[in-house]
Amino acid sequence: MSEKELTTRQNLRFDELWAYDPAPESPDYVKIEEQYNLFIDGKFQEPASGRYFETINPANEKLLSRVARADKSDLDKAVAAARKAYEGVWSKMPAKERGKYIYRIARLLQERAREFAILESMDTGKPIRESRDVDIPIVIAHFFYYAGWADKLKYAFPGVDPRPLGVAGQIIPWNFPLLMAAWKIAPALATGNTVVIKPASSTPLTLLRLGELIRDAGLPDGVVNIVTGPGEIGNAIANHPGIDKIAFTGSTEIGRTIQEASLRTGKKYTLELGGKAANIVFDDAPVEEAVEGIVNGIFFNQGHVCCAGSRLLVQEGVADELVHKLKMRMETLILGDPLDKNTDIGAINSKGQLDSILGYLTDGVESGLQIYQTKCQLPEKGFWCPPTLVENVSQAHRIVQEEVFGPVLTIQTFRTPEEAVSLANNTPYGLSGGIWTDKGSKIFKVGKGIRAGVIWANTFNKFDPTSPFGGYKESGMGREGGIHGLLPYLEISQ
Amino acid sequence: MQNTKNMRIPDFKLTVPVDQIGVEERAARFRTRSIKKESKLFALKLALQMVDLTTLEGMDSPGKVRQLCNKAMYPYEADPDIPKVAAICVYPNRVRLAAEILKGSGVHVASVATSFPSGMGTLESRIEEVKYAVDEGADEIDMVISRWAFLKGEYNYVFDEVATFKEACGPAHLKVILETGELETYENVRKASDIAIYAGADFIKTSTGKISPAATMPVTLVMLYAIRDYYLKTGSKIGMKPAGGIRDAKTALHYLAMVKETLGADWLTPDLFRFGASSLANDLLMQIIKQKTGQYQSPDYFSIG
Repeated sequence: MSEKELTTRQNLRFDELWAYDPAPESPDYVKIEEQYNLFIDGKFQEPASGRYFETINPANEKLLSRVARADKSDLDKAVAAARKAYEGVWSKMPAKERGKYIYRIARLLQERAREFAILESMDTGKPIRESRDVDIPIVIAHFFYYAGWADKLKYAFPGVDPRPLGVAGQIIPWNFPLLMAAWKIAPALATGNTVVIKPASSTPLTLLRLGELIRDAGLPDGVVNIVTGPGEIGNAIANHPGIDKIAFTGSTEIGRTIQEASLRTGKKYTLELGGKAANIVFDDAPVEEAVEGIVNGIFFNQGHVCCAGSRLLVQEGVADELVHKLKMRMETLILGDPLDKNTDIGAINSKGQLDSILGYLTDGVESGLQIYQTKCQLPEKGFWCPPTLVENVSQAHRIVQEEVFGPVLTIQTFRTPEEAVSLANNTPYGLSGGIWTDKGSKIFKVGKGIRAGVIWANTFNKFDPTSPFGGYKESGMGREGGIHGLLPYLEISQ
Repeated sequence: MQNTKNMRIPDFKLTVPVDQIGVEERAARFRTRSIKKESKLFALKLALQMVDLTTLEGMDSPGKVRQLCNKAMYPYEADPDIPKVAAICVYPNRVRLAAEILKGSGVHVASVATSFPSGMGTLESRIEEVKYAVDEGADEIDMVISRWAFLKGEYNYVFDEVATFKEACGPAHLKVILETGELETYENVRKASDIAIYAGADFIKTSTGKISPAATMPVTLVMLYAIRDYYLKTGSKIGMKPAGGIRDAKTALHYLAMVKETLGADWLTPDLFRFGASSLANDLLMQIIKQKTGQYQSPDYFSIG
């Protein structure tokens, strides 16, 4: 028996003895109103239609609140308020005063971080560990970071005269509702633009609460306006003649229609779309840490991450050991109540998304794919998908080509660095990638070869406001974050 | 004993890569585990049963060792539900006394040996010390490796000394102290763990407690990975003992979460996991009483030392 075979013979017991008792955060810490209106011109206002839609907790399908359904006339009102604020106050204000307001938003968020984390977990289904330790801290970091740029734009772009564009229309996805809002609001405000922003219809609550916070922070009326509603409102934002710039994060499909609308109406635009990132593990990688990085790459936020490391490419010599250890690690992931502090895997964001993920898996089973799922018990209510591996797949499979946007990892092996790079690039996307090796030179060589906006080396899914983020090919246009993130909101002239 | 049939000794000149940032992040994750209610009480009692109650001072008189032995058997006599600790750990010249007091109690007698803590004695004197401690009644020997030889790259020297002391131990269990605070890198910790395990260690142990830093969670995690790889290869279970610096119950519970989620439930036993500590026992006791009664007692209600 070879040594390699021996390494996969033993198994460990994780399911018996000493299960942790529930340790939930209290949902009562957050007061959720029965109904939320549109935040326009500094006030919460009823929608013209008088209609509201429901937002639920995907972990138990319970109603959280009812949210105003905006129509075209509400959007017109919001854009007019944003224009008035832009022309009357925000663009005229000394830049350092603008900066003070943004710092104030950051500080208030810091004080109320726990409340925002709980609410985010309730509305999205993501584990409190993530909303508390990742989402909200990075939200705060973004506001602090861009607040600092407000009065230093001339130094960011020396020799030119950076000027704001006017009214920015921003459309936010459901996977990181508050974080994506922060990525967009913070640079827009810092550069002197005003904002009309629309959250995803399944996850509007934290952005509406941010609206309350912005009102309490005393920002001039109309600088930030929040319209909630169905997809058509997003489309209407993209087509609105009163909006100068579009920032969109979401699916590649909708991204295309936004791009067309922006081109037609002559708006500047940034698109942050889908991804199908390769996470490449070489045989000289630190295996235990690579396993951790793979888990963090694909199971973070239930895989609802555009830059998720959804394709594992592993060098043949280490494949058996790595996959065996990955399976053991997956058995220790705790799936359940997102508010429990020990939960590692929360709920799938919506029934529609769950159906879409399960569709990929059912098709996979039909075409003979080898699917491995952890033994964890799924709660009865809510939308759940256990951590899933799909082994022995090839580039030809749909599950390897398309973005599943769920906790589903495909595994392929490779032999040489060149083969790894060509597999990594064999996708219409190009948002992110991961490289695991102990050898620094290999990181640079392989990293250069991969056509993606972000490459992580010996880590994955790390975000920082100072670092630009964005994609190649069908993963998007433009960059958010860092100095690069200021540019899409500025007119630069000599 | 060990399943040597399938054992192939690795080339210790090769390095098992460990990513420093990754392993520190992973270890920090266990600190976010929230252990409550029944699962907390269970773990507190388990941790107490895993304590090697330790005194390793030049001033360890027979009287001090007698006190410690009694504490090991009856940590808190007022509550008969409170378990005994795993072992007491003393210098060789206190082993006979400890063995007499602890006879039949189920509490093991561990002795440091091999020129603890530096290991700078002659090989002969170190072997003699092991044999002496075992003859006096120690059923566990905590040895130190020659860090000078390890850092000089003389891995076979370290391997051979561990194998020699293992032989000198006879029936006694051998715990191998790596003194990780002197090895500096995680890759060195991993290498020293592998050497000790393949040379015959029953337990690997982080520290003497005389050098800072002593036990840390990332260092312990690297050692747990070495134990796990050895188990996956051979089916043999090696024990782990972090020692020094673990003072409070909460930290101990996070160590247990790390053991459980890395090696599984089989390692949640004093036969395979120990804490080398002195003050930890009292914090565990205080927390157990708090968990049972709902109230914190004053430290004055718990025996010192």
